[in-house]
Amino acid sequence: MTEQNTGLLDDAGTKSGERILEVRDLKTYFHTAAGIAKAVDGVSFSLDRGKTLAIVGESGSGKSVTASSVIRLLAKTGKIEDGSIEFDGIDMVHVPERELLKLRGSDISMIFQDPMSGLDPVFKVGTQMVELIRAHSDLGKKEAYDRAVEMLRLVGIPDPEARMDAYPYELSGGMCQRVIIAMAVSCHPKFIIADEPTTALDVTVQSQVLSLLRGLQDELGTAILLITHNLGIVWEMADDVMVMYAGRTCEYTSMRELYSNPLHPYTWGLLDSMPRLSDTAKTDLKTIPGVPPDLRLTGTCCNFCNRCPYATEECHRRVPELKEVEPGHFVACLRQDGEHRLVRGEVNHHE
Amino acid sequence: MAKTIIRRALQTIPVLLVVVTFTFVLTRMIPGDPAVTMLGPQASPDAIETMREKMGLNEPMLQQYASYVLGVLQGDFGYSYSYNGAVMPIILSRLPSTLMITITGLVLAILVGIPIGVESAVKQNTAFDYIFMVLALVGVSMPIFWLGLMLVLTFSVNLGWLPVMGMGNAAKGAWDVVSHMILPCLCLATIPAATFARITRSSMLESINADYVKALRSRGIKESVVIWKHAFKNALPPIVTVLGIQLAGAFAGAILTETIFSWPGLGTLIVNAVNGRDYALIQGVVLFSAVVFVFVNLVVDIVYMIINPKVSYEGGAR
Amino acid sequence: MAEQTNATAPEALSDAANLEMLKRERRANNVWHKLTRNKMAVVGLIIVAFMVFLAVFAPIISPYDPNATDMSNMFAAPGQAGHLFGTDSYGRDLLSRIIYGARISIFIAIGGTIVGAIIGVLLGLVAGFFGGAIDSIIMRVMDGMMAFPFILLALILMTILGQGTQNVIIAIGVANVPNFARVVRGQVHVVKNEEYCNAERVIGASPARILFKHIFANAMSPVIVYFTLNIASAIISEAALSFLGLGVQPPTASWGAILSEGKSTLQTAPHIATISGVFILLTVLGFNLFGDGIRDVFDPKQKR
Repeated sequence: MTEQNTGLLDDAGTKSGERILEVRDLKTYFHTAAGIAKAVDGVSFSLDRGKTLAIVGESGSGKSVTASSVIRLLAKTGKIEDGSIEFDGIDMVHVPERELLKLRGSDISMIFQDPMSGLDPVFKVGTQMVELIRAHSDLGKKEAYDRAVEMLRLVGIPDPEARMDAYPYELSGGMCQRVIIAMAVSCHPKFIIADEPTTALDVTVQSQVLSLLRGLQDELGTAILLITHNLGIVWEMADDVMVMYAGRTCEYTSMRELYSNPLHPYTWGLLDSMPRLSDTAKTDLKTIPGVPPDLRLTGTCCNFCNRCPYATEECHRRVPELKEVEPGHFVACLRQDGEHRLVRGEVNHHE
Repeated sequence: MAKTIIRRALQTIPVLLVVVTFTFVLTRMIPGDPAVTMLGPQASPDAIETMREKMGLNEPMLQQYASYVLGVLQGDFGYSYSYNGAVMPIILSRLPSTLMITITGLVLAILVGIPIGVESAVKQNTAFDYIFMVLALVGVSMPIFWLGLMLVLTFSVNLGWLPVMGMGNAAKGAWDVVSHMILPCLCLATIPAATFARITRSSMLESINADYVKALRSRGIKESVVIWKHAFKNALPPIVTVLGIQLAGAFAGAILTETIFSWPGLGTLIVNAVNGRDYALIQGVVLFSAVVFVFVNLVVDIVYMIINPKVSYEGGAR
Repeated sequence: MAEQTNATAPEALSDAANLEMLKRERRANNVWHKLTRNKMAVVGLIIVAFMVFLAVFAPIISPYDPNATDMSNMFAAPGQAGHLFGTDSYGRDLLSRIIYGARISIFIAIGGTIVGAIIGVLLGLVAGFFGGAIDSIIMRVMDGMMAFPFILLALILMTILGQGTQNVIIAIGVANVPNFARVVRGQVHVVKNEEYCNAERVIGASPARILFKHIFANAMSPVIVYFTLNIASAIISEAALSFLGLGVQPPTASWGAILSEGKSTLQTAPHIATISGVFILLTVLGFNLFGDGIRDVFDPKQKR
């Protein structure tokens, strides 16, 4: 399994120069009138060139905020409180706004969930693409236009010249997402953040968009940070996986390891709530009972303890640390780091 | 889109018909015999009768209406007895001076109100936002004629900086013209500026928080471009609607402003016409302003369709 | 069978009425609660309440007779000779005239708005509910009326009707009709296609019943908002008409009339125009704040 865990923490430094992103102990809090919400509360991960890291979790787990923190694209109330983010040798937490503008859209691109709202509705597709290309290069109008057409062709949009004159509402969702991907790769990014890139699309279009992303990644050697709640996409796309819950990391390992040997009870819950082809029509899809905790109140216990069927009294008192329980496999669970490992499906003696 | 525009243009025809009819009916309802008003109370019944005949007042109502409509269609708005001339040339001779202050005032209002609205939205809930929004609220609550009087009181009576009345004389140099225009223009600009600031702020707040703005920022587009090019263009439709209302309502403001500053425009013309019971002139100015209103509205709607491609796409729904 | 239906009908109706009452009570409480949380709306409400208080208790609180002239005390500056706001060109106490002016101005503004609202709401309901030719005719006439600048329309109406408080109310009211008609018609179109109206139609309720019970009740909130905001502009309209010499008859004190007198004495006694204008401004501000507050309560989506 050594060949899959290239991006994991344990081999930091072994392939220096390959590492594109290194996030350590990131804390992003939102200061609202009702209190401080700890949206991301101490998360660490890393990513190598050309590889894909998937962050998985349900809504509110902090996965999107983590992604936005990387390029400091937070709402006014949000603030990176602590931790470091190093992108290609640049300290992203302290880099001046002016430098950040140059990075965004060129070295780092972002793809959002809703393709329709990724484009300004009142400007033509071509205008927006040319604007982006010219913002990050010295190209003239004509060259930028040609580059945009070329990019549209690259992402498989038929008749790209005609699409350049279209308004976003004149395109289908899948087509819009292709345009956005074309924009994302048009300045040869080293790193793409894809925040739920296919959630708003039809299933058939989903797989087309994913294979497009994968193809572009192979061609351009781009690293991808994939944010998703869908484990199916993880199996298809990711090299490494980080499972997040309520602002903290539950489990962090390679995709193959997670697939074959998931260890955190929350990951089990996610896996159980996923439909499988092998399931017969009669098997009920399981859901995780309960709701995620209030992010203003977390930090005194395991965040998952109120929903965890295996939780002990200790889980309600202590915050579990992320520990390497097996080589390259990190888990934050008090019941998984000792001698007596939990067995998935085992009935909790406390209940 | 051409189809939508034509359909919208055709809608003005019945409205114009209603406007002409209304104008006719309203002026006929003004009490008092216009012939008597013309000639004075001492006039002999014979003279009055001749005058009534001459003015066409003895014809049956329907015939008067028909000849009025026919005249209007040919650009004939009647004959003003108090000014001793055809109504249309009188209106046209007064029009430039009214346009001079209303257009300047509106441009001023746009130049001040819209940037303030945008900045307030960008700086939502800061001191800048609070101060200017309170000012804007006071602005929209102000009677324009009181504002005019206060401007006169401050800048003419107390400070003695600017003239109170009339229009400048170009022969006395540019400053004479400009100095006479400053107060009327300020008076006409203030309330629309406040209105623009308010509508721009609320519309910008909506567009600034839209997802595509975050997407643009994620692509490294400069903040000034994100705000002024993208968010602003998206925020434009309600601003254009208000601009249309202000443009059409500018004449109402002009009536009061011109009265205060004795500005020789359409506003003073209509007030004089009302006081002098000059039927044809009242009729003419009222009809003229209403027709202008209808066309301004038409233009605004067409502009609206152009700046907001989705509107015409969805069948011109507003 | 028929008897049975008749027998149960009143009971059902009263149940429905009770439910309606309960619903309305709940909504009123809710609206009040939300309104008082909005600081700006509360400020507006306080200003409005203060002005209405002045208007209602004018005879008790005004220190002088508003029309009593005192030729020995003309143009007294504010604070002089026991006149808080000074006196005007006839030596009349300005404070008393302002207090009585509140009466006239607010009365005219509310009266004019009510006249406009009643006619406009009726026309809007009819146009919206029946649609077709009736709708087209009513709305084209309304469009035509809206083509005239408000003040010009009121000006001509005043020329036709002649001066006087009652005529100012009528002029302002008529000039306001198209706005109300438009608001209501638009709302009726929205409500008309809602499920509960279809349900009523299916059980065979008469059009009139549907019109008045459901559409009227549900189309009311924008009308209330528009009504409040319209009082603000009606106060300005009254003042504008008086300012042009076409408002209330002297010596009746309305704010516009006082302001108009203040215009001619602007150089000698600037306090007359200044103070009367400030009262107009404050009152309009109050109604605007209050109206904005109500709008935010009824339609949170429109919130700034």
